[in-house]
Amino acid sequence: MLGTGIIKGLAETARNFIGSYTDPERLVTVEYPDQKLPAKENARNFPFLVFDGDDWEKGLRCVACQICEKECPPQCIYIEKSKDKKPDHLGKPQFYPAIFNIDVSVCMSCQICVEVCPFEAIKMDTAFELSTGDRFDALLLRKDHLAKSNDYYNSIHPTEAGEIDARRAEERAKAEAKAKADAEAKAKAAAAAVTEKPPDPTAATAQKTNPDAPSPEPPKAN
Amino acid sequence: MFETLDQIFILLKQGVLGLLPQGIRPLASCLLTVSAVFSVFGLLFAVTTLVERKALGRIQNRLGPNRVGPFGLLQPVADGIKMLTKENIVPRAADRLVHFLAPVVLIVPVALAFSVLPYGRNMVPVELDAGLLFFFAVGASTELAVFMAGWSSRNKYALLGAMRGIAQMISYEIPLVLSTLAVVMVAGTLSLPQIVSAQGGYLFGWIPQWHVLTPWGLAGFVLFLIAATAESNRAPFDLPEAESELVAGYFTEYSGFKFALFFLGEYWGLFAVSGLAVTFFLGGWHAPLPMLQWVPSWLWFFGKLLFLLSLFIWVRGTVPRLRTDQLMNYAWKFLLPLTLVNLVAAAAWHYSRSWDFPAALLWRWLACAAIIAIPYVLLGAALGGGRQKTQRIYRYAD
Repeated sequence: MLGTGIIKGLAETARNFIGSYTDPERLVTVEYPDQKLPAKENARNFPFLVFDGDDWEKGLRCVACQICEKECPPQCIYIEKSKDKKPDHLGKPQFYPAIFNIDVSVCMSCQICVEVCPFEAIKMDTAFELSTGDRFDALLLRKDHLAKSNDYYNSIHPTEAGEIDARRAEERAKAEAKAKADAEAKAKAAAAAVTEKPPDPTAATAQKTNPDAPSPEPPKAN
Repeated sequence: MFETLDQIFILLKQGVLGLLPQGIRPLASCLLTVSAVFSVFGLLFAVTTLVERKALGRIQNRLGPNRVGPFGLLQPVADGIKMLTKENIVPRAADRLVHFLAPVVLIVPVALAFSVLPYGRNMVPVELDAGLLFFFAVGASTELAVFMAGWSSRNKYALLGAMRGIAQMISYEIPLVLSTLAVVMVAGTLSLPQIVSAQGGYLFGWIPQWHVLTPWGLAGFVLFLIAATAESNRAPFDLPEAESELVAGYFTEYSGFKFALFFLGEYWGLFAVSGLAVTFFLGGWHAPLPMLQWVPSWLWFFGKLLFLLSLFIWVRGTVPRLRTDQLMNYAWKFLLPLTLVNLVAAAAWHYSRSWDFPAALLWRWLACAAIIAIPYVLLGAALGGGRQKTQRIYRYAD
């Protein structure tokens, strides 16, 4: 009959009204500044730069390849490459960003910079209490403000950061093994050269001319 | 003791007037009454906004405002300060004079409508013989303010809101008036205090003779409440100011205190209409039971008013907004025929007064109820029940 739906609806809202007083479980909201819900793992807001270790300047993963700068749709990233190089986590010398700015008033939180970064250097933050009193300078985040530790990254996105850490550890182990092997090979070759060179110089030349000669250690597949 | 408490405001006013010189007494009498009405309804406005926000929050399983003062009780104060300190912006293209006048034109008729309501025993600001006529005459002129606001803003949302408002208010004015007409037919008067006194006394010593307890009165009460909801632009009939479609409808371009005046006008309109519903159907200031007659009459009036207001808030928290075509169909195809049928039922009630056989009252009640209930069921079936629920087919999804 006409009107029964309204009565059903009124009963439902009355149940909510009374229930919200008797059963605190029904109240789904929290009183925000006093109570805070933990951020969701997949939440994202603005990008930040990850660094390893304790010193952010030394440990910054970014190598200033500028891919993110080029890919950023609203072009909110500005990077200047350094003149010198410093070793990355694999010990390879790399450039680092002399300037890395993100204009968060322009950033649209699309996460494209994160997706294109080959070095796991830029990640999305979950911090959202970012209001400032200064709408010009304080919204241009500089390198020192952007740099956040890997521990922090692990705390906000544990799953993702764990995978990346495992992968990087593997790479590092491989690189170390390779470096060790290279060093051993070099040492052996040097030792061989030292022992063999004075009596018979032809042996060294023969080894040099013959590329198929068995090397002391098979080259590592990379 | 009871008499003093019941008439305390009358006695106070007479006491104050007695202190004044003879010449300014009529003017002072007016001012005293007006200031009392304005302060009471201003306060009621503040309380209602708070209660509404709290209740809607609870209905939606939220807490509602609880920051300002204990339990958020001072929230209306904060709102008022905010409204007063806000910048008053008038669009460059707006018709400045009309834009300025619209909120005033809205407030004045609503405030005038308060003047004929009986708030308690002997407590009528203006005792008019044609009080009902006056009430509806001034009430209808709020539509002018709505259209002035929408037209002068030079804003398409405002204009659309105003057009919707006019269409809705004119459509619902008819069932609103017709549902009160049944009361006028039975009571035989247009004077509101006389309609209240017609509902005095108790049947068998304990059943109040309120109109809502008669079949035509109950139907008229429900129809009146529906039409009143639409007249005061409240959910589910809030199309003229539908936030999700029209920003704020006809008062989109108003800011600061003018916006607050529109808000105030809307709530005052609701209070006035609710006051009329109390007067016409809920026995005015009469107590519901004879043993409760020691409670002052004005408390009963405002108690019933608050009851109606909470009903409006409850409905607002329950029912979603209608579409324009549904709104019009509802007014013209459903409410209007039923109010006409209700007039027939009221006439039948009036002429079956003289029935004199065992359990005549019960038979009279049932007969009049049938006169309304049968058309209601048939009309409901014809309008909504004939539609079959069909399985919805999605052409592109899955």
